[in-house]
Amino acid sequence: MLEKETNPTISKSTGLPRKRFYRARAHSNPLSDSHFPIPVSPSHVDYSVHYPIFFASDGQVNCSKKIQFADVGCGFGGLLISLSTLFPETLMIGMELRDKVTEYVKERISALRVTNPGQYENVSVVRTNSMKYIPNYFEKGQLTKMFFLFPDPHFKEKNHRRRVISPQLLDEYAYVLGVGGIIYTITDVEELGDWMKSCLENHPMFEPVTEEQLEADPVVKLLSSATEEGQKVARNGGQTFQAVFRRIVPTS
Amino acid sequence: MDNQIEERENNRDIEVTPALIAVHPDQSFVSVAVGSDLRVYDLLGDCAVSLLDASGSPSHKDSIRAIRYGANGKLFVSAGDDKVVKIWSADTWRCISSVCSEKRVSAVAIRNDGRHVCFADKFGVVWVADLPELDESEAVVDKKAAPLLAHYCSIITSLEFSPDGQFVISADRDFKIRVTVFPKKPLEGAHEIQSFCLGHTEFVSCLDFVCTVNYPQGFLVSGSGDSTVRLWDITSGSLLDTCEVGAKAGHLESDGSDEGYSTVTDLCVILDSTLVAVAIQSLQGIVVVSCNLPAQSLSVAKVVSIAGENFIPTSLGSSSSSGSLWMVTGASNLPGFDYPSPSRVKVISGFKKSSPEPVEHEPNVMEDDDIPGGMKLLEKLQGSASIEEKVFLAAAEAVKTAMRNLLIKKQYPVEKREFRKRTRNDKKIKQ
Repeated sequence: MLEKETNPTISKSTGLPRKRFYRARAHSNPLSDSHFPIPVSPSHVDYSVHYPIFFASDGQVNCSKKIQFADVGCGFGGLLISLSTLFPETLMIGMELRDKVTEYVKERISALRVTNPGQYENVSVVRTNSMKYIPNYFEKGQLTKMFFLFPDPHFKEKNHRRRVISPQLLDEYAYVLGVGGIIYTITDVEELGDWMKSCLENHPMFEPVTEEQLEADPVVKLLSSATEEGQKVARNGGQTFQAVFRRIVPTS
Repeated sequence: MDNQIEERENNRDIEVTPALIAVHPDQSFVSVAVGSDLRVYDLLGDCAVSLLDASGSPSHKDSIRAIRYGANGKLFVSAGDDKVVKIWSADTWRCISSVCSEKRVSAVAIRNDGRHVCFADKFGVVWVADLPELDESEAVVDKKAAPLLAHYCSIITSLEFSPDGQFVISADRDFKIRVTVFPKKPLEGAHEIQSFCLGHTEFVSCLDFVCTVNYPQGFLVSGSGDSTVRLWDITSGSLLDTCEVGAKAGHLESDGSDEGYSTVTDLCVILDSTLVAVAIQSLQGIVVVSCNLPAQSLSVAKVVSIAGENFIPTSLGSSSSSGSLWMVTGASNLPGFDYPSPSRVKVISGFKKSSPEPVEHEPNVMEDDDIPGGMKLLEKLQGSASIEEKVFLAAAEAVKTAMRNLLIKKQYPVEKREFRKRTRNDKKIKQ
């Protein structure tokens, strides 16, 4: 009891970190120079730090798993936590630019690992600027799912190049996604929803996922319900706009 | 220390640009660019070339950042801070086409078929424009460029086409080299990334291809601020070998390099051979790196030092016919000297073609009178026959600073960063 009181950032009842100690600005400038460590190449990503159960820290490779899901701009990590139990054998990572938010997700995952032994070992988070450094983390065709949930809308036309979905950045996402991999996007801003949809429609390496396939995909339901942003939108009775596309081989 | 940082930030509007050199593939012409000045010398006719530009002189209104000849020698392209890419016929020296850019141009490349020109801007976007057929180029054609690909908000430092024209390779200040499939319809953009060549730990400054008869597809070599030259397989993006040229160059220096790094400023494959000439900041001379293509390895073959003169090359050029290396040093907008844009040209001869052994013939630095074109060429390309030597030391130092300001991310100590955050003006002040 005493021990817990010395760390007020952890909730006494749930053991989870308390969000009010991890407040951060809502937005972060993706254009600014980064001052955090970045792996030189995907082979330099230390999996033993992220997934200690799967990868022994003594450098002995006892697992050939690679990260397959990436939640870009994971925020407070709601989606990752839901996906973790839905796909317990799949390694997944959240990527977040804001330092404090990343710290929160880190604490949240380690707390969940303690309270639910054997679970949540397949999720992790990294502080990075995914718009600049995606190729430093993943090899060609490594990912099967990428998530872009409630990204920063950047309304001004001058700032459109800061949007995380853009024709040019889709080239990089198409590179790290394997053929058949799926990109999920959702937003509560109609203008941004249209933008993301048209970017994906006009890209030769993506095709829309059909309605039936969307129905059958358990992940689609999580898009609007699992994340903190999604819950907030639902609470306020807001509308959401989603675009789910599959990576294809370009016809040329 | 803090004052230094502030000072540097204030001085950013006066940008020093390094002198550039390009050699025609048949060594018919040599071009030098210093600041906005473009100088061409005709080695066949042994005379200075005057450029024909319908828009009137001068051809460029601001510093030129990139010049190069097309592989077949028919075209020459120049571009820079004035946001205009000029395409010249390397025969009549008439400007046959000019392409406007939205941003300052940092690199250019012409595809080997001579049909497309690519250029990169300071915001990381690579643009492509069709080139006119040479015969139909009566009047100046103003072309519009289409975006081809983009590095996310990073200065692109070098552009290169693979020898077969299948890929376009772009290098940036975020340590990346991107290999993109050059599409059939380039005006609709290049979306298929073949690979990323990752391994450099500082900005990538220069690219070139080593190809021989046995390896026509070639291997990519790159130079970087991390003072290494690396050899790559572009199809897979895998790093084949790393050569620490900075360490080799460091042995020659008495004072030692200040940050333990000596940036590779330029590299140039001596055409039709497997030798790469490497220019390094603060090295008076060049390092010759030999590529062993069957073994896929790099090794330092030789350091050619230039004795008796303060000559630190800022740019290198070579042609296929001669086995000689052309070098230039100098800078524009140099403050505090009578020569605002000094430049000095030198030639190293005696690189043996396709030699399997590293440098059998000793490459030697030619005397001014012995170089092709002689003093007449030097007068044209340097602007004057002789310039005080100390100017070039100052120029080399200024180029070094400019390069550091442009390409290396500023590192602020934690306290300084916190202080800057506190003084941000977008923060709401609580009443």
